[in-house]
Amino acid sequence: MFDKPENSVKDEELDLLLEELFRSYGYDFTNYARASLKRRVSRLMIIDRFPSFAELLFRVRRDATYLTRIVEELTVNVTEMFRDPNVFKTIREQVLPVLATHPFIRVWHAGCATGEEVYSMAILLEEANLLHKSLLYATDLNPTAIENIRKGVFPLSEMKQYSENYILSGGKRDFSRYYTAKYNWAKFDDRLKSKMIVATHNLVSDRSFNEFVLIFCRNVLIYFDKHLQDNVLTLFDESLEKLGFLVLGSKENLRFSPIARKYKQLENREKIWRKVM
Amino acid sequence: MEEGDVNKYRMVVIGGSAGSLDVILKIVAAVQDAADVAFIVVVHRAKTGDSILADLLSTQTKLAVKEVEDKEQILPGTIYIAPPDYHLLLENEYTFSLDASEKVHYSRPSIDVTFESAALVYKTTLVGILLSGANADGAAGIKTIADAGGYTIVQQPATAEVSYMPQRALSIARVSKVLEGEEIGGFLNKILNVKS
Repeated sequence: MFDKPENSVKDEELDLLLEELFRSYGYDFTNYARASLKRRVSRLMIIDRFPSFAELLFRVRRDATYLTRIVEELTVNVTEMFRDPNVFKTIREQVLPVLATHPFIRVWHAGCATGEEVYSMAILLEEANLLHKSLLYATDLNPTAIENIRKGVFPLSEMKQYSENYILSGGKRDFSRYYTAKYNWAKFDDRLKSKMIVATHNLVSDRSFNEFVLIFCRNVLIYFDKHLQDNVLTLFDESLEKLGFLVLGSKENLRFSPIARKYKQLENREKIWRKVM
Repeated sequence: MEEGDVNKYRMVVIGGSAGSLDVILKIVAAVQDAADVAFIVVVHRAKTGDSILADLLSTQTKLAVKEVEDKEQILPGTIYIAPPDYHLLLENEYTFSLDASEKVHYSRPSIDVTFESAALVYKTTLVGILLSGANADGAAGIKTIADAGGYTIVQQPATAEVSYMPQRALSIARVSKVLEGEEIGGFLNKILNVKS
């Protein structure tokens, strides 16, 4: 009677694609939130000009080199420096003083996409004179995204916004001293990345790999269904030392999760929790 | 209303931008007995927004008003507000998902994104309303709702505070009804079969 909205991928089609990605390549997207995945697939079909879903599926089956592309496009890689500046302000004021008492500071940025948040944190640590004893582990499942972290290069057009965010986060310096402008790009100082360890890590299938005092995972859980959210939060719990801190996105929450009882949210209600037991 | 039409609609999505707030307040005030239907309000606003919009709408209605939380169950008799800086999507299981992907029409939340997602889930049981605004966002969404068999209402561009957005919708979609801002609430009560 009525047509399905044009360009929209059907549920059965999405199932076929997810099954193929898992069977042939080991990427498991089956517990991702489907509404977002559907949009990503529809978007990819438009950008890469597939006339039909069948053509997209054929390409995925036949062309292993297309895998990188589809993983890159199915996942959301939108991020910014000092996003939600109040979170970074709270980290400056309430978290860094605690970390300062540690002999060594291990931080994990899980699902960090192109790394803007990792550079933001490196700047915070440097300004608190803690970077020298810190290591920032930057991981994402998307190999192309993390390559950008190694380069430390971001669009110059974003710097005005980032500079404003930086000031709102309590930054007192001239933000432009952290990068060199070249053509349309801002290349961040190498000393910031000297303390970063960059690797691919898939939150769905990979295990805990170290113990951290601070874990960031912001705007990643929203792309997962409830079951996968709980699994990933448990993985973080296994990777966080006692009295360590967990930072989530502004619309993400520990409430109703299996690890909730072990954590206490900071009093200013920013999305930062401390592991109290 | 025909007997078969009783409780046909289960979800109402309202999209607006510049100049839409006053109309939204009037709609919300009018439909406060619609306890069997869920409402979603998507408006363009600054991302530093706090709960002002929810507070404002609460003063107009006895229905529950809340900003959406990720993976929240959609309940009737509730007015949900799309949070700033996220797209709002709907899942087949009648839950919400938030999405921080690229802006659409320079907007996040985008009206198109929520309208298209709601059309996939609610199909013919969906009512879509597009109000005043200075942006093309929402026009494609109205078309998607109409194509999926939902009911569509667009604010009369001539009397809307900013005509561009409703005008765009009328130029690409065959909508069910064009109404003055102050007529929408009353009309909505009729098609939702609300008894007050």
